Amino acid sequence: MLIINNQRRVSMRKLFTFFAAMFLVLGFTCMAQSTTLRVALDAGPVSQDPQVQLSGGMLQFSHWVFDPLVRYRQDMSFEPRLAEKWERIDDLTMRFHLRKGVKFHSGNPFTAADVKFTFERFYKSQDFKGLFEPFESCTIVDDHTVDIKTKKPYALLINMATYIFPMDHKFYSGTDETGQPKDAVVKIGPSFALKNESGTGAFKVVEWEQGARYVFERFADYWDKGCPGNVTEMVLTPIKEDATRVAALLSGDVGFISPVPPQDFGRIEKDPRVNLFTFSGGRIITLQLNQKRRPEFQDVRVRQAIVHAINNEGIVDKIMKGTATVAAQQSPAGYMGHKESLKPRFDLEKAKALMKEAGLENGFECTMIAPNNRYVNDEKIAEAVVPMLARINIKVNLKTMPKAQYWDEFDAQVADIQMVGWHSDTEDSGNFSEFLMMCPNKETGYGQYNSGNYCNPKIDELTMAAQVETDLEKRTAILQEIEQILYDDAAFVPFHWQNHSYGARKGVEVGPVINTMNFPYLGDLVVQ
Amino acid sequence: MLAFIIRRIIQSILVMLVISFVGFLIQHQIGDPVRDLVGERVTPAEREVIRDRLGLNDPFYEQYFRFVAKAVQGDLGLSFFYKKPALDVILSKAPATIELVIVTSFILIFVSIPVGIYSAIYPKSWISRIAIAGSTVGVAVPVFLTAIAFIYLFSVELNWLPSYGRGETVTVWGFWDTGFLTVDGLLHLILPAISLSSIMLPLFIRLIRAEMMEVLETEYIKYAWAKGLDRRRVWFVHAFKNTLLPVITVFGVQLGIMFAFTILTETVFQWQGMGFMFLEAVERSDTSLLVAYLVFVGVIFVLVNTVVDVIYGVVNPMVRITGAK
Repeated sequence: MLIINNQRRVSMRKLFTFFAAMFLVLGFTCMAQSTTLRVALDAGPVSQDPQVQLSGGMLQFSHWVFDPLVRYRQDMSFEPRLAEKWERIDDLTMRFHLRKGVKFHSGNPFTAADVKFTFERFYKSQDFKGLFEPFESCTIVDDHTVDIKTKKPYALLINMATYIFPMDHKFYSGTDETGQPKDAVVKIGPSFALKNESGTGAFKVVEWEQGARYVFERFADYWDKGCPGNVTEMVLTPIKEDATRVAALLSGDVGFISPVPPQDFGRIEKDPRVNLFTFSGGRIITLQLNQKRRPEFQDVRVRQAIVHAINNEGIVDKIMKGTATVAAQQSPAGYMGHKESLKPRFDLEKAKALMKEAGLENGFECTMIAPNNRYVNDEKIAEAVVPMLARINIKVNLKTMPKAQYWDEFDAQVADIQMVGWHSDTEDSGNFSEFLMMCPNKETGYGQYNSGNYCNPKIDELTMAAQVETDLEKRTAILQEIEQILYDDAAFVPFHWQNHSYGARKGVEVGPVINTMNFPYLGDLVVQ
Repeated sequence: MLAFIIRRIIQSILVMLVISFVGFLIQHQIGDPVRDLVGERVTPAEREVIRDRLGLNDPFYEQYFRFVAKAVQGDLGLSFFYKKPALDVILSKAPATIELVIVTSFILIFVSIPVGIYSAIYPKSWISRIAIAGSTVGVAVPVFLTAIAFIYLFSVELNWLPSYGRGETVTVWGFWDTGFLTVDGLLHLILPAISLSSIMLPLFIRLIRAEMMEVLETEYIKYAWAKGLDRRRVWFVHAFKNTLLPVITVFGVQLGIMFAFTILTETVFQWQGMGFMFLEAVERSDTSLLVAYLVFVGVIFVLVNTVVDVIYGVVNPMVRITGAK
């Protein structure tokens, strides 16, 4: 009896040790092979369809799950992705040579037919068709070559190629279970592309809970073998509240967050467990002065006075806590139109002198509106403007409101001064003027966001010329001339360009994957 | 009893109609959902097309009657953001809020009752004084501040508890995502529930204490002392039961306030419940979801208060509920 018990006890212990050892070994191998990154952004992507909405969030998503033909490097040069090389065939045509051996998540091979499908689908999307208006067609030359044609000579063709994320045309063909075509682009209802994806990107979507939780898994057959990224699983949870997002990073519940509210920069920099990364962005924050509503603003001296009265450097320092780059023009550094000689010009004495010269020493009253949840610290910036303009006797009645209400009021031009921020879709200077400074024209759509009604035929002429000028030197000269004219004319009041901010746990190497467009290439992210 | 219930049902329908009407009135003032759906480049003309398709340009009463007609069939409209029926969205988020409210209620009951009774029996003891003063702090500090403070203390500094979310949930009965069945889920419930209860605790502690003190002065309690009954019997069997009645009524009303505060608490903790969903719906002008939420909460409120009234009649037979003989 005793012997049997002993034997049983011994073998039980042996069994236990064996299993314990197995657990440890398996555990370690699992840990070694899988790296999960928890990401918290302020909002999640609205759909799995990259063409349903033109927004920062959707473009971020597109870079993780799809691949563009080309993309920007950190220095704003073009990196070939699904297009290996390209050459200009003639004034209107660019030939793209596509990469071979690329697979979609569905297993289908990537060919020229997919590029044509994606290109033509742009015109079904309300958001994208305006963007691709200068384009004419996409023709298949052979399985791995396409020709993209524009209506007129177009300088920004490659810039626009960064928006072409080829979609798997076989995956999106046919009809879904409700009878709707699978490739339908539907903004306000369910669609196949909303819930399903097949791209060539580093990550596949495995879980999608709208607004709550998004889980991505690394695509085993990813074409880019040189990709340094080692994240095998990425879990994205949107955390709306700024303070909660920062707390989640500091407590280790997440490994990467964006954006980081300026008031927490110091806290993150001091904490040894986390790192702060910032990158200068291209979104300019400005005020528009409505010349139709307020005749005083038609006088260039009054506009100049306002520009000189606003201490935008002070705003960057005190309100943005240094997380922005002070601006005196539309184009940020790195863009063709950026002119170094145009500097911020805060000068209260000069402002007062200008007002006196214009005969408005005693000032006047005017109204202003600004959003309170669209741009970083938008409300605070607007509030800072009020006392600044009071110093030159301009009494400002400010009203701020959430973005859901703001844009209708903006379009209706309900106030004399209106705040607006803009980021160029084409990462190019011309875009700013097209939407913000050209004479408002309902038919062509130019000047759609020019609520100041600033109208200078010379600006219109130069902006249109820049669109078709393919000689880079000539184009640079045109764009810089535009900035100079706008500066001299005080066509708008510039504040600054917003910086992008990211926070990450130690070991999450964010530095190399961020860029000025705020599209972190998380597929390339390395986690130690 | 039957007449009472029928009257209550009619009342609740009236309540829902009024709520939905008010919700619709607000809808027209709170902004344009289409703006949120489309990019900046979309022309105003195209936005109008979308508005037409969504029926947003029809006259007010037409939109409202369309809504009521569909609501009676159980269709509360389509959420612009989730692109799903609003009722589905609410039902998927409801378990999160209901669980939070349940745990908060437990905390309220198991903290306020002992503390309330104790401070009624020994009003001058230092424990009572600390409890009353401390609970006042809870109601004075806004709930989101309390919540953030808790997160920073317990999550960031001490690393004892998670900072956001519901954690691991298990799906039971096919649709109810519960956090009760996993340790992770329960850990995630602690901080939000404590934050939410911090607003209501002072009220209940003081209420129980005040009621209890009054009851302890009554004739029949003095008679019970005179009879020589055991202390505990006097306190808990005779005195306490009589303090419960107003407390139950207040609880029914406070439940509505608790739901209101879930909006803030859930936002801070990124708790995927109805409160958070409501806040986002307001920001996005997602009117179907907004109105559906208001109606849903209205229904819960009426239900709870009906139950409270019935309990009232059961606990105190001297009270006749209206409508009964």
